[in-house]
Amino acid sequence: MTEQTIAQRTNNILVELFELEGEELTPESSLYEELGLDSLDSVDLIVALEKEFGFKVVRSVDEEKIRAIRLLKDLYGFIEEKINQG
Amino acid sequence: MSLRRVLITGSGTVSPFGLGREALINGLYSGSSAVTSLKEQWNDKISDLNCWVGAPLKEKLPLKSIGRKFRRTMGNTAIMGVLAAKEAIENSAVSDNIFQSGRCGVSFSSTTGSTHSLSSFFKEYYDKASLKNVSSGLFFQVMSHTTAANVAHAFNITGRVISPDAACSSSAQAIGLGFEAIKHGIQDVMLCGGSDELDAIVCGTFDLLNATSYRYNDHPEKTPRPFDANRDGTVCGEGAGCLVLEAEESALSREAPILAEVIGFSTLSDGSHLAQPHSESIVKCIEGALHNAGIAPGDVDYINAHATGTLLGDAAEAEAINKVFGDKAVPVSSLKGHMGHTLGASGVLELAASLAMMERGKLVPSLNFELAGEGCREIDCFKSVREGEINIIMKNSFAFGGINVVLILRRYKKDND
Repeated sequence: MTEQTIAQRTNNILVELFELEGEELTPESSLYEELGLDSLDSVDLIVALEKEFGFKVVRSVDEEKIRAIRLLKDLYGFIEEKINQG
Repeated sequence: MSLRRVLITGSGTVSPFGLGREALINGLYSGSSAVTSLKEQWNDKISDLNCWVGAPLKEKLPLKSIGRKFRRTMGNTAIMGVLAAKEAIENSAVSDNIFQSGRCGVSFSSTTGSTHSLSSFFKEYYDKASLKNVSSGLFFQVMSHTTAANVAHAFNITGRVISPDAACSSSAQAIGLGFEAIKHGIQDVMLCGGSDELDAIVCGTFDLLNATSYRYNDHPEKTPRPFDANRDGTVCGEGAGCLVLEAEESALSREAPILAEVIGFSTLSDGSHLAQPHSESIVKCIEGALHNAGIAPGDVDYINAHATGTLLGDAAEAEAINKVFGDKAVPVSSLKGHMGHTLGASGVLELAASLAMMERGKLVPSLNFELAGEGCREIDCFKSVREGEINIIMKNSFAFGGINVVLILRRYKKDND
C-alpha cells in the first residue's frame, strides 16, 4: 500500500468520524492542538483504523508508540508500520 | 440564613408535538392527540407486544445544532434534554457568567440512559461477545445521569449536578431538589428537568406489567383515557423539558421574566408496593406539599394530575384528591391523553404546560375523558377548555418504585409571602 493511499484512507476516516474538513488535513497538522481530537476520539480512531486497514492494535505492545503520535504524518507512519508487520 | 423564594424564569420543551414550547402549547389547546400507531417500527424489535401505539417526537432532532464534541456523548435522551435546556436558557435570558460561577447547577434526570444506545451496546455484546466496536461515547449515553451530566457539559456549568433517577417522577423530583438547593441558599440558579426517549423496549416494559393500553391499537388517538370509564392502560411517549429556577433576588436584580414561584414540594415513598399505587401514600405526599407551601387545600386553583390512564393508578389518585380537597372542589386534568406518558419528562413537560395555562387563564381538559370511571367520579374532571384566574397550581407525579412527588406553583407577586 502506498503512502498516498494510507494518507487518503486515513483522512477519509478523520473527515467522517470527526466531522473535519478535508482541507484542514496536512501531514504537519497536529492531531490534538489543531484538529482538536482528544482521548475519547483516539479510542474511536484506533477502532476505525483497525477496521479500515485490517491490523490489530495491542495495548501492551503499541501504547507508547500511540502516545508518541502528535502529527498526522506520525499517524501515517504508525499505520504503515502496523501494515508492514502483517 | 433565611429561606429564599424560588422563581421560575425560563422554560423549554421537546414534546411529542414537536420542538419548543409553542408546539407543545398549540398541540394541547388544539385538542389533538400525538399518539400514533408504531406497529411497523416496533414489530421487528418485539413481536408480541399488546400495545402498538406510542407518542414519538413528531420531528427529527436537529443533531447538528449541538457540536460534535458535545453530541458524541449524547443519546436521544440527553440530546432532547439539552435542546429543552437551550430554549429555557434563551427565554430566561440568564447570563453565561453565572454558569461558571459555581452558583448555578443542574438537576436533571431520566428513567435510564438512552434506550437506543443501550440496545446498541448489548447487541454488540451479545452478538459478538465483544465490546471492541463500542464507541467511546456510548458509555456516556447510557449512564444513568447522562442527561444531567451532558446538560452541565453543554453549557459549561460548574455548580452542583444532581440526577435523582426516579423513573416517571424523575423530572418532578429533579425540580423539587433544585428548588430546595436554591431555597437553602446553596445555589442561585438551577436548570431543572428531565428527559426520556421512546423505544419498543420502553413500551414492552410497561406491557409486561399489564400497564399499557391495548384495546385502541386501531384508534391510537382514543388512548390513553385519563379518569375515563373506558380507560385500559397507558401509552408511552417521549420528550424533555427544562425549567430555569432562580433565587428571587437574582431574578429581580436582572429583571428576568418571571413565570411563577415554586412554593411547595414533597416527595415520599409509597412504602408498601413498587408498582401498585395507594391513595393513602398519595394523600400524605399532597399534604406534605401543601404544608411545605404553607397553604390550605382550598387555595389550590388547578390540579395537573399524573393520571396515565391505568385502572388502578387513576383511581388511587382520584381517591387521594377527593380525600384532601373534597367533592369536585378543584378542577383536575391530565395531559397524558394528548401526548401519552412521557415518563421521566412528564413532570416537567406538564408543569411547563400548566405555566402556560396559568398565564392564559385557560385550563386544558383531559383528552379522551368522556365518562368518569369508577373511583374517579368525585373529582372535577372536565371535557372542554375552562377559563378563570389561576393563581396556584398543584402538580402530581408518581413512579414505579413507589416514588411520589407533588409540586406547588403560585403566580408570583413580590409581596406574596
